[in-house]
Amino acid sequence: MEKIVCACGHENPLGTKICSNCGRPLTEEGKSQKVLDMKYDGSAIRSKTHNKSFVDKVWNFFSSVKVGVALIIILLVVASIGTIFPQEFFVAAGTEAGKALYYETNYGSLGTLYYNLGLSDLYSTWWFQVLVGMLGVSIIVASIDRGIPLHKSLTKQRVKRHESFMRRQRIIAEGAVTEGDPSKTLYSVEEKLKKMNYKVRHDGSALLAEKGRFSRYGPYINHVGLIIFLLGVMLHQLPGMHVDESMWIRDGETRAIPGMDGYFLESKKFILETHDNDPTTAQIQQGVAVIAKNYQTDVVLYKQSDDALPGETNNLEVVKEYSIRVNHPLEHDGYSLYQMDYRLNELKEMTFSLTNKETGTVLGNITIDLRNPKSEYVIDENTKVELMEYYPDYTGFNDEGKPQTATPNPNNPAFIFNMITPEKPKGEISFVAIQQTVEGSGASENTYKMAFTGVDTINMSGLTIRMDKTIPLLIVGGFIFLLGLAIGSYWNHRRVWIEQLADGQIRLAAHTNKNWFGIKKEIDALTEYAHLPQYVDQLVDEKEKEKKDE
Amino acid sequence: MSLIDISGNLLFVAFVAYLVATLLIGGSIKSAKPDGAAGRATKWGQLAIIVTIIGFLAHLGYFITRWIYSGQVPVSNMFEFTTAFGMFLIGAFIYMYFMYRVTALGLVALPIALIIIGWAAMFPREVTPLVPSLQSHWLTIHVITAAIGQSILAISAVAGLIYLLKVIDAKKKGKERFWLEAVLYFLVIIVGNIAASVAFNAVGYEDRYSYINKDEIELQIIYNHPPIFGMNESTAITEGAMEPLIEMPAFIHAQKLNIVVWSLLVGTILYVLIRLIARKRIIELLNPLVQKVNLQLFDEIGYRSVLIGFPIFSLGALVFAMIWAQEAWGRFWGWDPKEVWALITWLFYAAYLHLRLSKGWEGKKSAWLALIGFGIIIFNLVVVNLVIAGLHSYA
Ligand code: HEM
Repeated sequence: MEKIVCACGHENPLGTKICSNCGRPLTEEGKSQKVLDMKYDGSAIRSKTHNKSFVDKVWNFFSSVKVGVALIIILLVVASIGTIFPQEFFVAAGTEAGKALYYETNYGSLGTLYYNLGLSDLYSTWWFQVLVGMLGVSIIVASIDRGIPLHKSLTKQRVKRHESFMRRQRIIAEGAVTEGDPSKTLYSVEEKLKKMNYKVRHDGSALLAEKGRFSRYGPYINHVGLIIFLLGVMLHQLPGMHVDESMWIRDGETRAIPGMDGYFLESKKFILETHDNDPTTAQIQQGVAVIAKNYQTDVVLYKQSDDALPGETNNLEVVKEYSIRVNHPLEHDGYSLYQMDYRLNELKEMTFSLTNKETGTVLGNITIDLRNPKSEYVIDENTKVELMEYYPDYTGFNDEGKPQTATPNPNNPAFIFNMITPEKPKGEISFVAIQQTVEGSGASENTYKMAFTGVDTINMSGLTIRMDKTIPLLIVGGFIFLLGLAIGSYWNHRRVWIEQLADGQIRLAAHTNKNWFGIKKEIDALTEYAHLPQYVDQLVDEKEKEKKDE
Repeated sequence: MSLIDISGNLLFVAFVAYLVATLLIGGSIKSAKPDGAAGRATKWGQLAIIVTIIGFLAHLGYFITRWIYSGQVPVSNMFEFTTAFGMFLIGAFIYMYFMYRVTALGLVALPIALIIIGWAAMFPREVTPLVPSLQSHWLTIHVITAAIGQSILAISAVAGLIYLLKVIDAKKKGKERFWLEAVLYFLVIIVGNIAASVAFNAVGYEDRYSYINKDEIELQIIYNHPPIFGMNESTAITEGAMEPLIEMPAFIHAQKLNIVVWSLLVGTILYVLIRLIARKRIIELLNPLVQKVNLQLFDEIGYRSVLIGFPIFSLGALVFAMIWAQEAWGRFWGWDPKEVWALITWLFYAAYLHLRLSKGWEGKKSAWLALIGFGIIIFNLVVVNLVIAGLHSYA
């Protein structure tokens, strides 16, 4: 590879802006600058030196901070678009048509457009994920591109720098010592700098004082954290990495826990408590009568004994008793059970009597468990009722004239029974819905009917079961990110170069990557202590001059 | 006097103190003429800081007494959160003052805090009982850390505004002058909002209406501003209530729109009055106050406050938020609008930091970015809470 040879004889790789040996500017631009561009101390970064092959071009694209910022801004704008109307997962509709209808009725033609463009489920579209992926690639590439040269230039710094380097620093002082014996100056400079926690190195009559170098690695550490975090988010989508199930459980019931094999849950009771406060202004304005205080399900967690068959429930060992509340999930073996929903007074059982329409004689009663209906209910040898169809949430007839159900929840149950009686051994069909007793064709000729006699209700609790193997990775990533962020933000890298020339004159230059106010305060103290010549801040002076020229 | 009354009085003391401090800082800058009055100026400035600190302590007193009274950290409704945000903003200003010793920051920070507290006071002030999902220590930690982060980030906008007030020539026509004046006009609109609410509250205006919402359900609503815009099919319940001038369809919340329009109206009148009396743009009015400001230093303060605020914001608004969400709902992230807007704020300041890596984005451009960032924070507080409904919505 080509090299640039500096006046001092040192060979620098192509693309270097400041000689890594003596600090002389190597480019025309650098030579004409009043203050040097000290980013990466002028060392060559890969993206600036390679641009021939396809790989180079891709590399250069992703390593560009401009591209990185563009990606961040695009993501930000796109993310904000997703908040204009509610996303689909906040919409209660179950079907595609239902969702489309929701956006249309609530937000008119704009809503329809939003839905049709896919903006209503924006965060899971492939292109949104590609954007996030590109951001990740950009972070990785840019960090490698700059991190390695930065590390090299930081670890092999020379103490002595050429005057063309010193004079092109933002803070520069030149002149005689203002007081006392100049031969003692370097000694007292060093003493003071050490008190201010600088690390001082010598090279003849030159010294380099440095502190907070580690802070330069902050951005790279935080980028690593971000990448680990993103990796975790990606892994989350692989099969087997997480469980996300939900279950409804009634008071007193014991059920297998979906997604958590071999475990069973018994609900003792669902509890709802409300605050007994006087209604607040906000409550009155919104017509909210009471505010919930606690949602709780008292449960017992069971585990099947190891030799049990799958689904066997008579060999359960108690694992623990717990009260699941919002913000206090039941945790076991990496799984967590959350209180998510509830239903009070849910229909549990319905009782019907098989009744002779004319005489009113009752042949028997049957009780149907609305969550777990049986297919037939036997009353005696010659009498039974078959449940031919069951519609837990009956909403009328569809276009084809068939009854339909909206949800699997027993909000409005409807049944088609086949009643087998001694008189009618072949059976009689009857359609029964509680609110509308629609009798099917020929039902008026039926001898028997299913007379509704009663209903039993119960409280139910809705729980979610979650397990996520990627959480540890997210925690590690988040921690590294914050650590790097703190290192890069709360510390800064300060350097002071000082040289005593042959005639006893002092030349001082200083640089920091951020917080010039802070370094100036330190140099003020140093100047006073060691009676150094007053420095100038070349940028401020430049600005002032510009002002005067205007 | 019960604890809650003491708490309210302390907040009032804080408000007055900030008002006095603002005037003192204005005075300190005004008197800094080259006639050797510099010493007097620093005295006024120091006095202003002392008064600010007294105000801050009273404000903190409000916060703590309210906390003790209600048994829950007072950040759980619009009034409480916004008041706390004002407090953290003053805290961030004091912190930055001791770092850089520039009183001029207060010239913008104090009035903004005053506006924020004044606006907060327009919301119902009683203690709200907490719903179960809000009963979590993580929530408390999350809200407080996020608010502290936001208030430090806001200081960069304070520094940015001062920077722009100095560099932008109020006499030269152009985009920059227009937009800077627009920022100040927006502040006057918020003052208009407060003024309208205070005025109608003082005359005891209150009318009730019933209306039909978009799900065809009949509900009632209270208007505290005379109805220019009425809710869908609204009928007056209060005797002799005014008929709305214009009735809005169900998908628009006309009562909120009504408040916005009243604020615009009163704010614009105020603005026009200022222009008529001063015969100057507001930026021209403020320009003399910032003449002594060291631009380089204010640019650095702006950058520094983002550097300090960004990690705290990341910790509070993202990390702690995720921990809480994981505990309450079993998912650390759910694309709820408030979450998304926290992410947007975070991405925005990340963009700010990266743009500063290239030289061109220092100074003026950076100051504009800081103002936009503050705009996003305010949007998150106002629009996302009050308009875009979600899990975090207070209204
Ligand atoms: C949202 C994602 C990102 C976050 C939160 C982030 C965070 C940060 C932070 C806090 C800094 C330190 C800035 C300062 O101290 O002023 C930084 C520096 C940097 N970032 Fe990022 N970054 C992100 C994405 C990116 C991307 C996409 C790129 C790709 C071009 C990138 C490239 C850089 C570079 C080159 C630096 C300067 C490093 C140095 O000073 O040596 N970052 N980043």
